[in-house]
This record gives sequence, C-alpha cells and structure tokens, in this order.
Amino acid sequence: MVIEVSHLVIARAMFGTTMAFHIIFATLGIGIPFMILISELMFLKTKDQDYSIMAKRWTRVKGVLLGVAIPSGTIAGVSLSLLWPGFMEVIGRVMALPFQIEIYAFFIEALFLSIYVYAYDRISTKARIISLILVTFGALASAVLISNVHAFEGTPAGFRVVNGKIVDVNPWAAFFNPAFFITAGHVSLTALMTGSFVFAGTSGFKMLRNSPGSRSYQFHAKALVMSLILGGVISLISALSGHASAQYLYEYQPEKLAAAEGLFETQSHAPLTIGGSVDPEKQEVKHAIEIPWALSFLAGNRFDTVVRGLNEFPRDYWPPLFIHTMFNGMVGIGMYSILVAIIGVYWLKFKKKTVVPKWMLFAFFLSAPLSILAIEFGWILACTGRQPWTIYHILSTADSVTSQQNLGILYLLFILVYLLLGIVVIAVLYFYFKRNPLIHELSGQTDPDDKNYPAH
Amino acid sequence: MYGLSLTDEILGITLIWGFVFIYAVMGAMDFGAGFWSMIYINRDKTNVTNIANRYLSPTWEVTNVFIVALVVAIYSMFPRAAYSLGTILLIPGSLILLLITIRSAFLVFSHAAEKYKRLLIYVSGITGILIPGLLIAVLPISQGGYVIEQNGRESLSLGLLFTSPNVYAFIAFAIISSLFLSSLLLADYSKTAGDLRAYGVYRRDALITGPISLICAFLIMVTLKTEANWIYIKMMDNLPLLITSAACFILTGALLMIPGGKGLKGIPRLAVIVTIIQFLLAGFVYGRAHLPYIIYDNETIRTGFTDPSSFRAVFIVYVVGFAILFPGFYFFWRLFMRDRSVRQTD
Ligand code: HDD
Ligand code: HEM
Ligand code: HEM
Repeated sequence: MVIEVSHLVIARAMFGTTMAFHIIFATLGIGIPFMILISELMFLKTKDQDYSIMAKRWTRVKGVLLGVAIPSGTIAGVSLSLLWPGFMEVIGRVMALPFQIEIYAFFIEALFLSIYVYAYDRISTKARIISLILVTFGALASAVLISNVHAFEGTPAGFRVVNGKIVDVNPWAAFFNPAFFITAGHVSLTALMTGSFVFAGTSGFKMLRNSPGSRSYQFHAKALVMSLILGGVISLISALSGHASAQYLYEYQPEKLAAAEGLFETQSHAPLTIGGSVDPEKQEVKHAIEIPWALSFLAGNRFDTVVRGLNEFPRDYWPPLFIHTMFNGMVGIGMYSILVAIIGVYWLKFKKKTVVPKWMLFAFFLSAPLSILAIEFGWILACTGRQPWTIYHILSTADSVTSQQNLGILYLLFILVYLLLGIVVIAVLYFYFKRNPLIHELSGQTDPDDKNYPAH
Repeated sequence: MYGLSLTDEILGITLIWGFVFIYAVMGAMDFGAGFWSMIYINRDKTNVTNIANRYLSPTWEVTNVFIVALVVAIYSMFPRAAYSLGTILLIPGSLILLLITIRSAFLVFSHAAEKYKRLLIYVSGITGILIPGLLIAVLPISQGGYVIEQNGRESLSLGLLFTSPNVYAFIAFAIISSLFLSSLLLADYSKTAGDLRAYGVYRRDALITGPISLICAFLIMVTLKTEANWIYIKMMDNLPLLITSAACFILTGALLMIPGGKGLKGIPRLAVIVTIIQFLLAGFVYGRAHLPYIIYDNETIRTGFTDPSSFRAVFIVYVVGFAILFPGFYFFWRLFMRDRSVRQTD
C-alpha cells in the first residue's frame, strides 16, 4: 500500500513538473506574439522606427522560446497517454475533438510564424500584421482548446456511465461543457496580460540600468508606457473573469472553492479569508485577515448566499488545503498588477514625467516574474484543487494512473532535461543580446546576420 | 479484400497507418540529415555539412507536428489500444521524448548562438541515430511476446526485448534506412542546389547504405519467421507486392548509375520517388498483415475502437481541417520555394 501511494505521487509530481515547465513557454508563446503585433501596429500608426525595432528584437526571443515550447508540449501531450492511460481512454472516447482541432491551430501558428520570421523584409507591413494576427490567433486557439480538456475535467458533460461503461456519447456536448467559455476567457486574458507585463518588466529592468535621458532609456520608456496601458486594461478584465471563474466553482466544484477559501462550515454571510494557513484539525485559517460577508457576495452577488464548507464533504474528497495560498497568491498578483499599471500610467502619461524613480522601475520589473508566478499558482489551484479526481466525481486520479512501477528514475531524467533546457535558454538569450546590443540597431545599423538561415 | 470491408475501424487504422508512414519518411530524412552533418563536420572546404543543415532547419517543426498528430489519432480513434500502448511503452516512450526534446531545442538554439553550432551538430547527429532505433522498437513490441503479466499488470520485459534477434534486425533496419533515405534526399537537394561535390558524396553514401538496408530487411523477415510466425505467414500472402518492392529497390540503384545530364551520374529525384514507393509497398504489406491486431494478441482494431459518434465527429474534423489547411500549405510552399531561389541568385 505504501508503494502504491508513492507511485501515484511520483506520477502526479512528474506530470505537474512537465506542465509547470511547459506553461511558462506556452503562455509567453501567446503573450509575446501579441505584444509584437501591438508594436507593429504602433509602428504603423506613429511611423516611429523604435516600435519596429522592438518587434524585431522580441521576434528573436519568441524564436528561442519556441525551441522549448514545442518539445515540452510534445512531452505534455504524449505523457498524458503514458502516465494517465486510464484518463486518456475516457478522453479518447468522449473528448477527442479539442486535441484534434488543436493540431490545426498548431499548423496555423507554425506556418504564419515562419512566414513572419523568414520573409520579414520581403512582405509588406500589412502582410506582416496579418501574419502576426494569425500567429496570436493560432496560439490562443491552441491554449483555449487544450484548456477545454481541463474544463471538461472539472465539469464533465456529453456522456453517461452505466455499469462502468461509457454510453450516450455526444462529443460536441462534451466540447461545450459548462466551464468551456469561462476557462477559455480566463486563460486567454491572463496569457495576454502576462505578455504585457513581461514587456513592462523588461523595460523597467533596462531603465534601471541605463541613465535617464539616454537613447536606450527613451526607447524603453516607450515600450513601458505601451505595455502598462495595455497590461492595466487587460488585468482589470482578467480580474473580472477570475471572479467569474470563482462563481462557476461555487456552482460546480464547491469543495474546491471551500478549500481555496479555507471555509469549513456551510454558512450564509461567509467571510473572505486572506493569507494565513489552513489548519484542518482546528478547522480554522491561522493568522488570516477576514473580510466579513465578502465571500458570500463574491460567490453569488448577495450577502445571504449560502456557501458550502468543507465539512459538508467526506474528508477523502477534500482537495489539498494549501491551494488556499495558491488562490491568495494569484489574486494578490492580479491586484498588484492593476495597481502598478495605474501608478505607471499616472506618472508617465498624466504627469508626463520623463524620469521614473528607481523604486517604481523596480516595481515594474517585478511584475514580469510575478505574472508568470500567477499563472503557475492558477494552474496548481485548478489542477491540485481537483484532487482526488481527474474527472470530477467520475474518475479518480488513482484509477487514471499507469500501472508501471519505478517511475523515480524517469522523473529524475525529466528534471535534468528541464534544468538543462532552462539554463541553455537563458544562456542563448543572454549571448544573443550581448552580441547584438540595442544600441547597434538604434544607430541605424540593420541586423547584419539573418540567423534563421545557417551560414552558407 | 481478405474479408475486410471498409468499416469505420479500417478507415481509422488506415489514417493512422498514413500518419505513421509520413512520419517515418519525414523523420528518417530529418534524423539522417542530422547524422550526415555530424559525419562531415570537419570537411570545411566542401559544403556537405551545410547542405544537410540547410535542409534540416525548416523541416523539423513540421515533422514534429506529425508525431503529435499520430499520438492524438491513436487515442482518439482507438482509446482502448492507446491504454495498452501507453502502459507498455512508458519507458521507451519517455526515452524517445527526452531525446526529441534535447534535439529540437538545440536545433532552434543553434540559430541564435553561433557558439552552440558545433555542439548542436553533435547533439543532432547522435540523437539522429538513437531516435529511429528506439522508435521502431514499437513494431516488434506490437507483434506480441514481450509483454509479461505480473500480479495482473501488463509490463514490458526489457530482458526479452533486448535478447531478441528480431528486435535488433528492426533497429538496424531503422538506422540504416534513415541514413539511406536521407542521403538520397540530400543527393537530390545538392544536385538542385548545384553543389556537385556534395552530390558526389551523398550519392556514394546512398549506394553504400542502400544494399545494407535491403540486407536488414531480409534479416527482419528471417527473424520474423521464427519469432512472430503469424505475421510472417500473412506477409507471405502478399509475396508479389514484396517482390515488386524489391524490384523498386533495384530500380533505385539503376537510377543512381545511369547518366543524368550535366555530365553527372544518376537521376536522384526519380530515385527518391521510387524509393518512397518501395517503402510504401513494404509498409503496406507489413501493416496489412498486422491487421486486425494492434497489439498481438490482445487488442484488435475492433476491441480498441472508440465510440461511433465520437469517431464521426473526429473524422469530419479531419476532413474539414485538411480542406482548410491545404491552401495554406500551398501558399507557404510557394513562398518558401521562391524565397529559396531568391537566395540562390543573390
Ligand atoms: C497572470 C495570471 C493570473 C491572474 C493574475 C489571475 N489568474 Fe486566475 N487563473 C490563471 C491565471 C491567473 C490561470 C493560469 O489561467 C488559471 C488556471 C486554470 C485556468 O482555467 O486558469 C486560473 C484559474 C483560476 C481559478 C480556478 C478555475 C478552475 O479551478 O478551473 C479561479 C477561481 C481564478 N483563477 C480566479 C482568479 C481571480 C479571482 C483573480 C483575480 C485577480 C485571478 N484568478 C487572477
Ligand atoms: C499548463 C498548465 C498546467 C499546470 C501548471 C498543471 C499543473 C498540474 C499539477 C501540479 C498537477 C498535479 C496535481 C496534483 O496531483 O496535486 C496536474 C495534474 C493533472 N493535470 Fe494539470 N496542469 C496544467 C494544465 C493542464 C491541462 C490543460 C490539463 C488537461 C488537458 C491538465 C490535466 C491534468 C491531469 C490529467 C493531471 C493528472 C491527474 C491529477 O493529478 O489530477 N492539466 N497538473
Ligand atoms: C495537458 C496540457 C497540454 C498539452 C497536452 C499541450 C500540448 C502541446 C503540444 C503537443 C505542443 C507542441 C506543438 C507543436 O508540436 O507544434 C504545445 C505547444 C504549446 N502549447 Fe501546450 N499543451 C498543454 C497545455 C497548454 C496550455 C494550458 C497552454 C496555454 C495556456 C498551452 C499553449 C501552448 C502554446 C502557446 C504552445 C506553443 C506552440 C507553438 O508555439 O507552436 N499549452 N502544447
């Protein structure tokens, strides 16, 4: 029995690690082309060469990240079958469509990215913008489709189980399961938001290292204003869509909401609990701040909404309680981003200051790693919070896992490869931009080497 | 044919066979090209390595999409078989994934940093040999005999696997034929690019690896006879096709010998086409004999099949998807080709 448990735990850890690694590159794979598109549009509108340079330099970044996004995604896709054969058997029968359509989304993205990158100088600005729109569309579509499998895991639909057999399959009903639109919206918005704050963070970092008034400082200030305005708007909408996600949890996965909030007793006028750690023995959240009535209002838009607590569910069905921290972290970062964007836009746009205080630049810089962290928190909340199920109240994680033993060594190998890739990505970007500093491009030199073709 | 009519199952397995074939051919060229660029890394005065590299850069991404498409096709059409395959293939599958990951990542990185170019060439060369060898092991595994049951669980016996002459014959065949296919293709590619030095080298390599790959194919048949007799017998039902396939092989050899214009020997473009037909025939005979089993003798295409309404939806999506994508591909291909001729002239 001891061996059983640890075997399942390794499989979960292994898949979680793969996803946590992939999601960084996947999210940036949506956010960065989106920001390149915005830069190209700004260039079209203002004819300011700086925006074009921005687009070119970020295209390089995108090219390198793709080298990790694609193989790690391949691992994600294949290891679903290798690690969770029981789960994929059900998915294959009922929910194969999103995976199927996703292949086409990948094709669209790959085709138009190649066109944008390889033929950059040969096609018109309009053709470039169309290509970028299609790249962003392809990336968003693949994210929406794959997240839809996740949505289905939380709100399964389109089939019935009779005596252990799957009957009455309706693949399109499964596709449009109740959480489809909410999940799609939140995942897309937060990916675009992450793109904006990665731009803002990079600019903040660069401005910290250049003296005010220098050409580089001005260049990055433009990128900063653009991304803060965009990021501010998108993070506001993201927060609203996150609110919608929480309301759907209230309706469809009440255990998850209860664990995320550390709520034990079912009650109306339930308080919103922020911070602290959930203690299952004392049935309380230690060291937390409580906002009376707020949770009831959030869950149902009325203070007398009855929110179900953990005690209403068998203890075996409780998700791990640390997801409370994940939830707080994600929401906290969302609030931080909105705040930072407001401060930045006020300072740069309304006060029209050209010099930004260091502490503010540092705050902008932080928003980049934080938004990626929020993506991680969100997924851990969503996936770990679904435990012990892979398909909510239908298929348990223990019944999904492979029967193969000795996963430990494989897990170790995967970790080593992810470490290697992580280090190499950073090194490659570092050397590339060291060899091709911004100042070269600003002084009118065009990029001498088109690295997309190896030397002849 | 042979009592099988065109049912949904046959349609599904044919689609999967098609993906396997496309991936096998594209993958062989891709992996083989990696190996050749490693072998010729120190011949700086010729363009032999660069030819291989130039071919490699734009293709791996499309090749990669096909392996994803293949896995998706298997679990969406034969979920029960995917369950067994997933369980049995955990270890070889994970190793393949790790190798593919390292390889694709370094392919992309090498374009961003000159520093890594040599390292990349070694990485892609070595993985280019290992990956086909591991991938093909799936075939003998699916023929049965290597899966043991312990306390009600199925698992792959690595001991049995690595003492089987049949497995080694398959591995040798995969490696050699990926070198053969890629040298043929690179010969054609360098002839088109007008690089006669490289053409001579790759033509010679094709002439060396070709006969060895034929010997490996015979070894597969010989070992099949003793180790998986059921499939051997059914393959022999299609002996005429096998003989045609061997004839195509000889034709390929001839096409490389005859004069081909510009004072050169060989018409590589035709040789590539004939070789692909040869693989198509042999692959068809093998696949046909494998039916109705997906994994001998516990999963057939009938036991493994998905829900009919799911199949219909998935199939419609395939048809619509490819209809939409085809013009996109065509456009891409034209842009890409024109792009290349522009580069050649300047
Ligand atoms: C930049 C990233 C980011 C930010 C700032 C937020 N989220 Fe989020 N959240 C995600 C990134 C994310 C995500 C990674 O995209 C998740 C994981 C699974 C999913 O569907 O989206 C997610 C899931 C997720 C879920 C769980 C859905 C499920 O279990 O399926 C809830 C309840 C919320 N979010 C709520 C919020 C609220 C109220 C936010 C307030 C600002 C918020 N999120 C900000
Ligand atoms: C991309 C971001 C994602 C991250 C970071 C992520 C993270 C995780 C983590 C940490 C686990 C382990 C949970 C635990 O056992 O405590 C897990 C499990 C799982 N996730 Fe996700 N996940 C992501 C996306 C998805 C998507 C899109 C799907 C649906 C296709 C999915 C399906 C699963 C399944 C099937 C498991 C295994 C069973 C389980 O433990 O529930 N995940 N994931
Ligand atoms: C279990 C969950 C997931 C699986 C099985 C999966 C699968 C894949 C695969 C197979 C690829 C490589 C595609 C190729 O070969 O071209 C990929 C890349 C990618 N995935 Fe994931 N993915 C998962 C989760 C996610 C999520 C949650 C997102 C977004 C929120 C996402 C967005 C992307 C993006 C943007 C790429 C980059 C592809 C490209 O740029 O071509 N993926 N994924």
